Amino acid sequence: MKSFKSNQLYQLTLTQFLETIREPEVLFWGIIFPVLISIGLGLAFTQKTESKFHVILVETQPTELDSLLCLYAQPEQIEGKEIRTWKVPDDILGNTAFRFERKDWHSAIVSLKRGEADLIVTDSTGRMQYHFDPHNSQAQLAYMKLSALVHSPEASVTTTAAAPIRPLTLKGVRYIDFLVPGLIAFGIMSSILWGVSYTIIERRSQKLLRRMIATPMKKSNFLFALMFVRILMNIVEALILFFFVWWLFDIQIQGNIGALLVLFMAGNIAFTGIAVLVSCHTSKTEVGTGWINAVQMPMMILSGIFFSYHNFPEWSIRIIKLLPLTALTDGIRSIFNEGAGWMEIITPSVALSVFGMLCLVIGMRFFKWY
Amino acid sequence: MLQIEVNSVYKSFKDVQAVQGISLAIPSGEFVALLGPNGAGKTTLVEMMEGLRKPDSGEIRIQGKSWQKHENELRKIIGLSLQETRFQEKLTVRETLRLFASFFGLGEKRVDEVIAWTGLESKHQSMTGTLSGGQRQRLALAVALLNHPQILFLDEPTTGLDPHSRLDLWKILKSLKDSGETTLILTTHYMEEAESLCDHIIIVDEGKILREGRLEELLNENARNLDELFIQLTGKTLNENPEKSQ
Repeated sequence: MKSFKSNQLYQLTLTQFLETIREPEVLFWGIIFPVLISIGLGLAFTQKTESKFHVILVETQPTELDSLLCLYAQPEQIEGKEIRTWKVPDDILGNTAFRFERKDWHSAIVSLKRGEADLIVTDSTGRMQYHFDPHNSQAQLAYMKLSALVHSPEASVTTTAAAPIRPLTLKGVRYIDFLVPGLIAFGIMSSILWGVSYTIIERRSQKLLRRMIATPMKKSNFLFALMFVRILMNIVEALILFFFVWWLFDIQIQGNIGALLVLFMAGNIAFTGIAVLVSCHTSKTEVGTGWINAVQMPMMILSGIFFSYHNFPEWSIRIIKLLPLTALTDGIRSIFNEGAGWMEIITPSVALSVFGMLCLVIGMRFFKWY
Repeated sequence: MLQIEVNSVYKSFKDVQAVQGISLAIPSGEFVALLGPNGAGKTTLVEMMEGLRKPDSGEIRIQGKSWQKHENELRKIIGLSLQETRFQEKLTVRETLRLFASFFGLGEKRVDEVIAWTGLESKHQSMTGTLSGGQRQRLALAVALLNHPQILFLDEPTTGLDPHSRLDLWKILKSLKDSGETTLILTTHYMEEAESLCDHIIIVDEGKILREGRLEELLNENARNLDELFIQLTGKTLNENPEKSQ
């Protein structure tokens, strides 16, 4: 009886696995980087931080703000400039600090262009006037907070609110709860596109594919081994990421774990199909890199990985929802945060699998082995 | 029995006529050199014999069988070393050989044999990315020899190697010749390689066979060696045309 070690599928899988784990960059970008991103962003958005706003004063006459600054702000000298800092404590929303600096109009505009300032305050016959980009949400927030503060300097936002604020502490509503499912989905896409597409293109360019098919190797075994190892690595990467976020941020899977596994596999099928299609013809790694980026970048931005796609115009949301990464991210997020089960993931799982198979069939139709 | 029959084969790429109506027949156990400068059409002709390219017209038969109908069968009996193949750099010599051995259903025993035969014992645990040019060519030859090939195609196996590495490779091929079980088709632009290793020499240029035969049949008073013969046939030396092979 032949040893399983001389089985070509076993050897193809083993060598693919060895090559993957022997590449330090793969381990860094596949495992360490997503964990670092989640820890960094998780800490940034879960800890109570101080909001800072930089305001440039371009006044010809004193305004009400100047008298308030004399009372509440602390003057300090930084690099030869006089800066006044007004700190407003708030237990619920976090502290706010306004830094005021005097400049002429031209320098103030330069600061705004460089992103060093949020607001410019001028005066008109002793009354304050605010200048800022109305489409800039940070500038808007600075204006709203400062104008409220000038109106009632003793009160914080929390105490002046018409209705009391009750902070939500439910699981699944924090930014880290939003982020982690997105990172898992993004990890699947990124890992498969680079791991499968790039490997195929590189081996084609090295004439290794040609050398391999000049033997009795089954082409299907080669592709299966490539996909299997990549899916295995994706499971390991997702488990490591999940362990860290569970440990640090108490992230929990509220929905059905079986449904999560099915959706995870459907995502892998979808992106494997795309990866084969992307790499089916070219033998130039530069061209391949361009194609991979062309597929990956739009989805990374549009599919709601780091922020909600509901920020995009209404007309575009229907299109964004059709993207495979959006379907995968929304599905994983609903299982993690909303307690979704089998019924909720049937449609995205079937759609992702069918799409992946379709891409795979088209990719294989035009596949160039050498 | 004829191992390879090539009948009126043509192949072109865009404007380049790489092979123009070549016919040849190679009997069993013969070592044949395809000798010609870069761009002569040697690699294209060999790749068609290896079943990696289809001719535009003409017919190629290996042991009387065509590639179209008997590809799986023929892949098991040939061994080959392509020009410029790079193996996976993060695999060791042994792992690479194990992988290729598995394609033929062969195990560790055969891997050990070819490692010993090609003198790679001291490098069997080295990553292929760390091998020298000569060691890489020996690995390519080891991979080609794994399945005890009845027909072995080597495409410029010694190009770019230093004289010492070239002699090492020749020794291995001479031992293969002594066994008498393999037919070898070797492309080269080194006269001494063809003279030293091969029984039959086919001189190719611009996609055509200029002359073929045993060394003693090819040489005469006007052409005392292959260099002189090539100049006599083409008016140029073998290494005059620096174009890349097709």
